[in-house]
Amino acid sequence: MSIDRATIERDVTAIICEQLDVKTEDVSAGKSFNDDLGADSLAIVELVLALEEKFDLKIPDDEVDTIKTVGDAINYIAEKKKH
Amino acid sequence: MSTRRVVITGMGVLSPLGIGVHDNWRRVCAGESGIGAITRFDASAYPTRIAGEVRDFDATRWIAKKEQRQMDLFIQYAVAAAAMAVEDAGLQAAPPADPERYGVFVGAGLGGITTLEATMLSLQEKGPRHGISPYFVPAIIVNLAAGQISIRHGCKGPNLSHVSACSTGAHSIGEAFRTIAHDDADVMIAGGTESTVTPLGIGGFCSSRALSGRNDAPTKASRPFSASRDGFVLSEGCGILVLEELGHARARGARILGEIVGYGLTGDAYHITMPPPTGEGAQRCMRMALRDGKLQPEQIGYINAHGTSTGADAIETQAIRAVFGAHADRLAVSSTKSMHGHLLGAAGGLEAAISILALRDGILPPTINLDDPDPACDLDYVPHVARHVQVEYAMSNSFGFGGTNACLVFRKAEN
Repeated sequence: MSIDRATIERDVTAIICEQLDVKTEDVSAGKSFNDDLGADSLAIVELVLALEEKFDLKIPDDEVDTIKTVGDAINYIAEKKKH
Repeated sequence: MSTRRVVITGMGVLSPLGIGVHDNWRRVCAGESGIGAITRFDASAYPTRIAGEVRDFDATRWIAKKEQRQMDLFIQYAVAAAAMAVEDAGLQAAPPADPERYGVFVGAGLGGITTLEATMLSLQEKGPRHGISPYFVPAIIVNLAAGQISIRHGCKGPNLSHVSACSTGAHSIGEAFRTIAHDDADVMIAGGTESTVTPLGIGGFCSSRALSGRNDAPTKASRPFSASRDGFVLSEGCGILVLEELGHARARGARILGEIVGYGLTGDAYHITMPPPTGEGAQRCMRMALRDGKLQPEQIGYINAHGTSTGADAIETQAIRAVFGAHADRLAVSSTKSMHGHLLGAAGGLEAAISILALRDGILPPTINLDDPDPACDLDYVPHVARHVQVEYAMSNSFGFGGTNACLVFRKAEN
């Protein structure tokens, strides 16, 4: 099932705010989970699992390593949900 | 080796009697019970439906929301109590200038059983990928209490979590005392923490027939030394002290709450849960603590007993008689578990704090609910109401499953 990009952006942002305890206005495409949003490796794992549950997909561990920023996460999910 | 004296300069506690030293001590002196019906889970199917729960704990006072997910409740309690103790000691500036001289010994009897139970259920529901948090392991393992505290307060010295069931808190404090005396640290944050009011925690002790079943009268259920006692009341909480080398404390002008002068530790080598009938392991433990403090039995004025409200109360009584002889009839003994219940691994920490306050204020806390003393329990247990008496030395006993005993001796602070 395809989801429009605005919905993905909104839902990803909401999950990031919830998981990383940050404010919506601090979340933008260029922000790095590690450097800007204070997520350590375990927090990123937790975030990925929450995204998997929300969007009903599985993100393999080697692909997790390519998701460094908010924009990476949105692009990854948008790509997966296109089909 | 020159003797390095060790004093207590800060304390932080949480128990069913409240959050913080002030509320706990006020209610202990007033002879109030903190025991009530279990609210954490539906206990209707369990033979015991009462416990001593910590109420109104707002973790966000000490721990950011996202960090709370990384800690089982027993760790959250420890972080909160340690923060209170450090602030109480006037050490809030972190990190310290000499971080390698600051250590943390905080243990627990059982560890993160709340998270363990919840995770087993979510594992069954969601499977291994989504059912287990990446924080599961650091949230449940015992030594993360000491680890989290060290991270928060910048303590780079000795870091350990002793695990000795109901003696954990006392062992932690005793070992911290030795660590400072041995010149491996100047300041130690030490004590015990526990949170096991859960289906497995309550159910496990129910299965071993250890808990009181006095569900219709929770505040009367913990009744150490009484003939009608029918088991202990499981409680939760945390008791943490800041121990400090005397010269270090004086140099920074710290307020000194009391001194720790003796520590004993023994093993029963007898049974997994029962003490030997004579309490000989407890006797040797008390004697070792007296010897460690270079004290005669007659110098002890007050004993905060292990006194759990089980059959073992009579054995502890017998052990005290054996150690103290005729002086046993002159010293005061009380079990404050009559009020706060049995905090398991945290008991020794909380009871150490209470013993120090008893010395500081000259108030011996009572044993409440002692309406019908057991003839086999024939000491002066300070029944019902606190007593105003100046005492120089107090002893605190802790005995744990596995036959592991710890005894601490405190001295009133010099003025």
